[in-house]
Amino acid sequence: MRFVNEYRDGRAAARYARALRRITTRPWTLMEVCGGQTHSIVKFGIDTLLPEGVTLVHGPGCPVCVTPLELIEKAILIAARPGVIFCSFGDMLRVPGRTKDLLSVKAEGGDVRIVYSPLDAVAIARREPERQVVFFAVGFETTAPANAMAVQQAHREGLQNFSLLVSHVLVPPAMEALLSSPNSRVQGFLAAGHVCTVMGYEEYEPIAARYRVPIVVTGFEPLDILQGVYMCVKQLEERRAVVENQYTRAVRRNGNAPAQACIRDVFEVVPRKWRGVGEIPQSGLGLRARYLDFDAERRFELGALEIQEPRECKSGLVLQGVLKPHDCPEFGARCTPDAPLGATMVSSEGACAAYYRYRRAGFDPGLLRGAAV
Amino acid sequence: MSTQSMNPAAPRTDTASPSFSCPVPLQEYPNVLLAHGGGGRLMHHLIETVFLEAFGNPQLENRHDGAVLELGGARIAFTTDSYVVRPLFFPGGDIGSLAVNGTVNDLAMCGAKPLYLSAGFILEEGLPMETLRRVVGSMRDAAQAAGVQFATGDTKVVDRGKADGLFVNTAGIGVVPSGVVIRPSEVRPGDAILLSGDIGRHGIAIMAVREGLEFETPIESDCAPVAGAVQALLAAGVEVHCLRDATRGGLATTLVEIATASGCGIQISEAAIPVHESVTGACEILGFDPLYVANEGRFTAFVAAADAERALEILRRQPGGGEASLIGRTTVQDAGLVVLQTRIGASRLVDMLSGEQLPRIC
Repeated sequence: MRFVNEYRDGRAAARYARALRRITTRPWTLMEVCGGQTHSIVKFGIDTLLPEGVTLVHGPGCPVCVTPLELIEKAILIAARPGVIFCSFGDMLRVPGRTKDLLSVKAEGGDVRIVYSPLDAVAIARREPERQVVFFAVGFETTAPANAMAVQQAHREGLQNFSLLVSHVLVPPAMEALLSSPNSRVQGFLAAGHVCTVMGYEEYEPIAARYRVPIVVTGFEPLDILQGVYMCVKQLEERRAVVENQYTRAVRRNGNAPAQACIRDVFEVVPRKWRGVGEIPQSGLGLRARYLDFDAERRFELGALEIQEPRECKSGLVLQGVLKPHDCPEFGARCTPDAPLGATMVSSEGACAAYYRYRRAGFDPGLLRGAAV
Repeated sequence: MSTQSMNPAAPRTDTASPSFSCPVPLQEYPNVLLAHGGGGRLMHHLIETVFLEAFGNPQLENRHDGAVLELGGARIAFTTDSYVVRPLFFPGGDIGSLAVNGTVNDLAMCGAKPLYLSAGFILEEGLPMETLRRVVGSMRDAAQAAGVQFATGDTKVVDRGKADGLFVNTAGIGVVPSGVVIRPSEVRPGDAILLSGDIGRHGIAIMAVREGLEFETPIESDCAPVAGAVQALLAAGVEVHCLRDATRGGLATTLVEIATASGCGIQISEAAIPVHESVTGACEILGFDPLYVANEGRFTAFVAAADAERALEILRRQPGGGEASLIGRTTVQDAGLVVLQTRIGASRLVDMLSGEQLPRIC
């Protein structure tokens, strides 16, 4: 398929891997920020092509993973109410709250629907004025414009029965929090291509300068990631630390201005709790005062909840790139996708789930196997 | 959960509660979820803990698509399947052709020549008679094409809203030629693994209609009988060890089931698995992996390596089989696991999904 298979070409991948080997003189630890990239890396085995010593650690950019348990629990409480239509992207449905997940709420008679866009939820609200329609607005800067647009549309049409349960988070504050942590061993970043498609990469330039860390805006296909790693290692070897753009076919320095205007109109920057990490100041988006009528937490009068993660779950360390999933003692034993202890084992883009799915114990991805056919 | 805890005026904080435990293990759901029918690990868990627990016997332990029963000297293959597809009509097929082909194919996977079917109809009050006639007509045509006859049937009508228009159950019997033993335990290391055509079209065709997705060229279901292809392999004397149609859960689930049941390792090449461009595109948009998307006219054949080329030629001559391919082999290494060689030359595990594939966020 055009624009997909070209970026999965085996021979080109081998060429990139050779070029990378030529420029690498010492070990480097890079972090890919986005869960989509993590998934791609483990699914295609990209890390097994890297020179020894070049390590990819997996970042906090999985929106499902970092949505705090409290918000999941609120979603479950709202979805279970009579008269509510609870709309969500598919992969939030399996995330367990305190005692159950949204799929169970659906099985118990709750009206939980998978939608592909928040605008679909607005359309449902328009069609069913006697029902309360709630959309679970989860994600990074990538999903924020469409969610903002849904609120603008509902506002314009005066829809009284539409609201958002907001759990939006922002990438740059999380990167800064990671870099400020004494545990951090990240020497370079692959920034998330889709986030930068919306936001551009100007806001990463002060981070690269302040922390002396190279940041390469990178796409999601195997060749994108290999090229991103190459560009990042090249900077490190040359002792440079700037923002570069690998994903030029989608990302401009200033990003998508109308999308950003949309976000700014509806949302303001607020502190947010990240599951497994804790609260990070100025790291999320909340509805602005003029749109507070669309806030599901207010509409359903949900007070403060506080739920603690199981102590044995080390997903916080995984999300910070300090611990590799299979180095956790619970990985694959007490913690599996069917019975997850924490966030990173739940989402299909979580690092632990990706490792479990693609390289469980007993399987060595580096082992030479010869041709399958 | 009690209704009290849903009272917004009394938010609970569970930090100090001794009853707090980690998120509930998902397979211990107190209610049936849709995902229990998704063909993944949840469904296997349900089969093991509820059905096998109650009905377990040597026949069921074979864990095959159908049973092969010795009756009065003859070997009879026996299988049943229920069809609950929405929409009833989709590009490339409908619930009627599906109900015939699905059961015929399950018989074929036992190496049987399919002979007779039963048809059970659960009709919803208010279903247009014209719709029923179309479905029945399509069942007649599919049965004719597969060379089977309806031998018995049943009809029930339920209240409006209690069925999605109509549900169909078919059971089927067929005869297994003497000397033909086709089941997972016959798989040997070194077997060639053949796939009878491109994958993913049925699942994506249904999804596209259900979700109102439009593509430049509409994707048609691969729904078709495969008994002819199996009969051709057997007639040519190909040493067939195991057959499995890649329905719910897709090719990946099928292969994991056989690796687990046979104890062999399975190694496949991603580049050798034919997937049409439109299916690849739809999967990219939806965040699906074509390996897990359902098919209704595709199967894998585990055959002796020496017969691989000959078997492939036979499969390619079948209607719709032009893209049949050799996708991998069984190994001693990685016993019980399915290992995929990715397009970029690395390798990874192929696992069974927990439930259904769910569209992801971004």
